[in-house]
Amino acid sequence: MLENHILSLSIWLPILAGILVLFTGSDRNAPLARWLALLGSLASFLATLPLVTRFDRDDGGFQFQEGWDWIPSFNIHYHLGVDGIAVPLILLTSFTTVIVVLAGWEVIQKRVAQYMAAFLIMSGLMIGVFSALDGILFYVFWEAMLIPMFLVIGIWGGANRVYATIKFFLYTLLGSLLMLVAFIYLFYQTNSFEIIDYYALPLPMMAQVLIFIAFFMAFAVKIPMWPVHTWLPDAHVEAPTGGSVVLAAVMLKLGGYGFLRYAMPIAPDAAHYLSGFMITLSLIAVVYIAFVALVQQDMKKLIAYSSISHMGFVTLGMFIFNPLGMEGSMVQMISHGFVSGALFLCVGVLYDRMHSRQIADYGGVVNAMPTFTALAVLFAMANAGLPGTSGFVGEFLVILGALQENFWYAFLAATTLIFGAAYTLWMVKRVYFGEVTNHHVAALKDLNPRELLILGVLALTVIAFGVYPQPITEMTHATVSQLLSHLAQSKLPGTL
Amino acid sequence: MNNLIFSDLYTALPEIFVLGMAMLVLLVGLFLTERNRYISYILAQLTLLGAAFITTATHTPGVGYAFSGMFVDDPLSDVLKLMIYLATSVTLVYARSYIAVRGMYRGEFFALVLFAMLGMMVMVSGQNFLSLYMGLELLSLCLYTLVALDRDNPRASEAAMKYFVLGALASGMLLYGMSMIYGVTGVLELSQISSALANGVPDHAVLVLGLVFIVAGLAFKLGAVPFQMWIPDVYHGSPTAITLLIGSAPKLAGFALVLRILAQGLEPLAADWHGMLVLMAVLSIIIGNVTAIAQTNIKRMLAYSTISHVGFLLLGILSAGMNGYISAMFYIATYVLMTLGTFGMVLLLSRKGFEAENLDDFKGLSQRSPWFAFLMLLLMFSMAGVPPTLGFYAKFAVLQAALQAGYLWLAVFAVLMAVVGAFYYLRVVKLMYFDEPLDHTPIAPQLDVTIVLGVNGLAVLLLGLMPQRMMELCAYAVAHSLQ
Repeated sequence: MLENHILSLSIWLPILAGILVLFTGSDRNAPLARWLALLGSLASFLATLPLVTRFDRDDGGFQFQEGWDWIPSFNIHYHLGVDGIAVPLILLTSFTTVIVVLAGWEVIQKRVAQYMAAFLIMSGLMIGVFSALDGILFYVFWEAMLIPMFLVIGIWGGANRVYATIKFFLYTLLGSLLMLVAFIYLFYQTNSFEIIDYYALPLPMMAQVLIFIAFFMAFAVKIPMWPVHTWLPDAHVEAPTGGSVVLAAVMLKLGGYGFLRYAMPIAPDAAHYLSGFMITLSLIAVVYIAFVALVQQDMKKLIAYSSISHMGFVTLGMFIFNPLGMEGSMVQMISHGFVSGALFLCVGVLYDRMHSRQIADYGGVVNAMPTFTALAVLFAMANAGLPGTSGFVGEFLVILGALQENFWYAFLAATTLIFGAAYTLWMVKRVYFGEVTNHHVAALKDLNPRELLILGVLALTVIAFGVYPQPITEMTHATVSQLLSHLAQSKLPGTL
Repeated sequence: MNNLIFSDLYTALPEIFVLGMAMLVLLVGLFLTERNRYISYILAQLTLLGAAFITTATHTPGVGYAFSGMFVDDPLSDVLKLMIYLATSVTLVYARSYIAVRGMYRGEFFALVLFAMLGMMVMVSGQNFLSLYMGLELLSLCLYTLVALDRDNPRASEAAMKYFVLGALASGMLLYGMSMIYGVTGVLELSQISSALANGVPDHAVLVLGLVFIVAGLAFKLGAVPFQMWIPDVYHGSPTAITLLIGSAPKLAGFALVLRILAQGLEPLAADWHGMLVLMAVLSIIIGNVTAIAQTNIKRMLAYSTISHVGFLLLGILSAGMNGYISAMFYIATYVLMTLGTFGMVLLLSRKGFEAENLDDFKGLSQRSPWFAFLMLLLMFSMAGVPPTLGFYAKFAVLQAALQAGYLWLAVFAVLMAVVGAFYYLRVVKLMYFDEPLDHTPIAPQLDVTIVLGVNGLAVLLLGLMPQRMMELCAYAVAHSLQ
């Protein structure tokens, strides 16, 4: 019976596990909460594996579909299904959750059960976002996941956490509510909330542009694109390590996914019409934000800005409308999930020992922590796009795609290989290498087995996908070509 | 004119039962001492139970008139009455220990609550300007008295005075407007007014003037801008248990009143009252949400939040047609459920000699009691309209009705203001979860309060996951009652 409900299981197993963890109550039962959470996250990860093994790679449509009536008054269905774009992201989500539970093992000592439960529930909700095929179901998951993140940043965050978390919540809420208006508008055009019906709906240009803008508000904030990115550095800096990891590894991808699933196929003509605008914003993010990253004093802020710059690549790859660019975007999203997550974990490792994120407080860490430094430098290289790491593949594909479109797009995008290397390596130099600057650094202890396990697994993944990205591209290929052929058809009335 | 016949009494059976029981409670209360005062409480709860039983047992999907068309028993009135019983019953549970330690635990309290509820029931079932007005006055007079029940409390007396003066003014306006409509059409019964208007009347100007007075009177009672001034003062000044009573069940009756007068009686004038409602909805949503941000007192904050919710309710009503009315009913039912829980929480934190009135009293609640903090979290996110709570579907229903009616700009405006509104609800969550407690007194509610509050809070979540039944109920009630 579970055979036909793999997606439901992937969504509800972590949520139920999270509720179970909540019931362990106070911090006296913290070990129990931790083990239950680990068990829950591992089980949830295993539950998502069949999505990969049983996925039909030649089929670009929705697979593993399941659905029944949910709110018949408004023709709303509980309809799930995934294609080649969603499956890698779902796997990324369930994998990240295991990492995050492990990463918070010793660090979180206060309200452990609530912390673990928040991440498990969030994981289920994010998988829900990736697999919903009904507008309102999608919207419910999309908004609901803000609640645990709001609490995670606010309860376990840094000094300025309240400001950061409220900014995070309100920013994303503002974007999403306009999307809700767009869904309701589409409902009155089709009498349905099924996104498959929206794909087939002809719409005049004006309506398409307005719908695109409404979706843009929701997804651009989430990715985030310049100039609506300002919540991200605040949220990242104040969030606990686990929060930063989930934020960078998965939540930002929700925006990219939203463009591919909603904004572009529902309003393809508007997407073409506004592609110049989108590409401009993406290139500003790639170039300008890289400069901003260069001058950061705070390691987490630097990585946050680097994330924005990398996500610029993702949107660039989407809006040049060719297969290389779009597959590059997908690989870039997955790769960035691993790399940025790992970088935040590295900062977490240092922060747990020194209680500082300022670059100036470090120097010569390699002398005290050689193993850790080796791994951290690997992740930094991947962030800079070194060939042989997963960071290279996505960027390279996007640049190739851009080159087919316009030389200058590719030129500007390629500058990131220089600037990205500049800010990343300069940080590496100042933090890890050079003289030991103070006795706190000299007293640092190298990785414990738990940390080594987490970072080691991530390092293997980063290298594996760098050398052999085939599994991702194989999975996305059919869906991407189907999406591109859909996008190539005008949806203006009379042209269908 | 027919004579009074048995079927009339049958149609009004719930009202007659409540009236009899209210008088019984009043009488019995005279003979009770402090020690066995609980008998009044139990009698009141039994009255609600009995009324609910009668209403359900006499329910038919059809429409039955009584007293020469002054009174109606239709699905809308039955569903709203059941909601009113439920809200009143929950109010009594939450209020009991609060009023007990403040010297208001007297027989009159229960009798007044029952009479107020009788007023609401008449409002819900009124089919004639006079019966509607009579129900409204019965409700209002009981509420004025209840606010002043704690007579040695100067703030409550001030609130009662304000409430009375402004409420009387609003009633006067309403009555004046009704008299003008009567002057033009020559009839008082809603369906006759409607058909008289549809056939065309000579003097449109007087009609519209009367309409303005009626809408102003209704807006006063609901608390829509620019007639909202009494709400914060009355909510703040009244003893919290009474604020809970004012803020919950009467809103359902107020909704029924608006629906009966505007949608049933004055439907042919819809083009005229739409414009007024649009303006009031926009202003209520802005002023309610923006002013709520500046409040430090939770009762005042909730008062301003009520004003903004009224704005959303009006948005549903003005998106005329069945869909709009259904969405408005869904909105008001959701609102009452959330208000009950929220004020229940304020009552829970209050104890003898201490009023949990300030937002700061919620600081660190998640450490004092994770369970109640979680319930309050659900209620706050629901008020803000964040899924998967019920509040989201209420906003969704109203927005889709507005879009269907073609008010795109109004819908966009409403969602933008919903973000402003989210800010002050989030602040409560922030206080509960991110701050350290100021007060470490253990929270030890009575068992019945714990259970009812738990059910109330979880209902916001569970009904949010499965909203279909409640939507169906509202659709059934409205669609079978308004033609």
